Amino acid sequence: MGRQRYSIFSLLRNAVSHNENWQQAWRSPVPRKRYDVLIVGGGGHGLATAYYLAKEHGITNVAVLEKGWIGGGNTGRNTTIVRSNYLWTEAALLYEKSLKLWEGLSRDLNYNVMFSQRGVYNLGHSLQDMRDIERRVGANRLDGIDAEVITPEQIKAAIPMINISRRARYPILGGSLQRRGGIARHDAVAWGFARAADALGVDIIQQCEVTGICRDGGRVTGVETTRGRIEADRIGVVVAGHASVLAGMAGLRLPLESHPLQAYVSEPLKPVLDTVVMSNAVHGYISQSDKGELVVGAGIDAYNGYGQRGSFHTIEHAMQAIIELFPAFSRVRMLRQWGGIVDVSPDACPIIGRTPVQGLYFNCGWGTGGFKATPGSGWAFAHTIARDEPHELNAPFSLERFTTGALIDEHGAAAVAH
Amino acid sequence: MLLINCPWCGPRDESEFGYGGEADITRPADPDALTDEEWADYLFMRKNPRGLHREQWVHEHGCRRWFVLERDTVTYRFSDDTT
Ligand SMILES: Cc1cc2nc3c(=O)[nH]c(=O)nc-3n(C[C@H](O)[C@H](O)[C@H](O)COP(=O)(O)OP(=O)(O)OC[C@H]3O[C@@H](n4cnc5c(N)ncnc54)[C@H](O)[C@@H]3O)c2cc1C
Ligand SMILES: [Zn+2]
Repeated sequence: MGRQRYSIFSLLRNAVSHNENWQQAWRSPVPRKRYDVLIVGGGGHGLATAYYLAKEHGITNVAVLEKGWIGGGNTGRNTTIVRSNYLWTEAALLYEKSLKLWEGLSRDLNYNVMFSQRGVYNLGHSLQDMRDIERRVGANRLDGIDAEVITPEQIKAAIPMINISRRARYPILGGSLQRRGGIARHDAVAWGFARAADALGVDIIQQCEVTGICRDGGRVTGVETTRGRIEADRIGVVVAGHASVLAGMAGLRLPLESHPLQAYVSEPLKPVLDTVVMSNAVHGYISQSDKGELVVGAGIDAYNGYGQRGSFHTIEHAMQAIIELFPAFSRVRMLRQWGGIVDVSPDACPIIGRTPVQGLYFNCGWGTGGFKATPGSGWAFAHTIARDEPHELNAPFSLERFTTGALIDEHGAAAVAH
Repeated sequence: MLLINCPWCGPRDESEFGYGGEADITRPADPDALTDEEWADYLFMRKNPRGLHREQWVHEHGCRRWFVLERDTVTYRFSDDTT
């Protein structure tokens, strides 16, 4: 199965034939009866897991089972902010591993994921915000992660549209800047991992919902799906907002609550914002996509919800924050709005590891901020499944931490920001 | 915006309410008698169902009382809703 490489030459060649001869990016095989490893959930994390299982561990008899279409969950619904400036060393190192993988990802996958390191600004609006920012920047530097504390004037020089007036309701007193942070193209991340995994032999099976997890005395043996039963001794579940539902199929309980999280985009504008701005205090985050749309994210809706939609006052609140920061944007019209289902954990950190059921692994709890972690999460989860033990990067993120009490409290850096 | 039926004040906008999560979780009478697993289960583990969910709400900007309602987490419809 020769895989066509994407390059300037393939672009030219296919342009000449009116783009009618492109090879399909991945196959759509009929599921086999049995695989070495099954990945449940065809979001970015699941596809990345399959890719690194094949690439790093030589495990290629793998299927990814997706109930809808790949990337149709939170992967295709998020605001794509990538950064690694988390407070605690455990989290910072995991996200930094991911950021390092992002930096080489388009080349590695031979797929342009449009990762753009345009910098991420986290704003402070009070003395306490600024103290927290200084503490976090200090912690980041000790962990070897690029971070700077910046003044309102520096922010204004970089982002001319922003309002740094002292008379604002919540004036900007400064912020942090991670220059290596940025955004990426969400769909391309799913497609790029899918194509690269498929090329290594992974079966990507869409329209295949897992409805049961089969066990035999404390071990997994396979899954029931809408396309029949599929056997495997090792199963990795990466279904974001549906993690509790899948856990229930194996008789497990998780410390998660699923909430709606909404975002929206404006009509396309000429370039006005060439970086990413986030504010925990007024609660909004914004960037401009390459198509010109302003991409704005809201906070989670308070209630549990699997409906992929939330309440209007939640997006209204985020818009108020954005207009407070960028008064000129009050004239911009919003084009589309949507929601995802995010799996929020008590300490705003993910759970990546083994479960009490042998051969069953869960990767969940990324909540509002897991897109940035897509490559690193897949890399660590692949290691965990291949070796039946966590890598040292994800060992602190075990399910047992809720029993031992060794939580990693990232609410300051993660709960609001994404 | 949900329309929430406060048992004391009647139907009001969601923005008047606070959410209290899963209902019917009772604090163990004797925490010292529990294993770490049981304590973690009480503290952190949640049903988080896709479907009917009994949950707590507080009418924060109204009568300030807590109450329990059942709601479908997919349709968001409250069980006592006749509309
Ligand atoms: C509005 C919004 C904004 C966000 N902004 C950011 C951001 O700026 N930066 C950031 O880092 N993160 C952000 N996030 C979070 C981020 O999107 C997620 O953490 C991340 O994409 C999760 O990836 P995933 O692959 O685990 O999940 P998903 O992409 O949701 O994939 C899970 C897949 O599992 C499938 N599935 C579920 N049940 C079953 C079943 N029974 N059988 C088979 N398949 C099943 C689903 O269909 C889905 O495709 C945001 C999220 C939202 C909703
Ligand atoms: Zn009331």
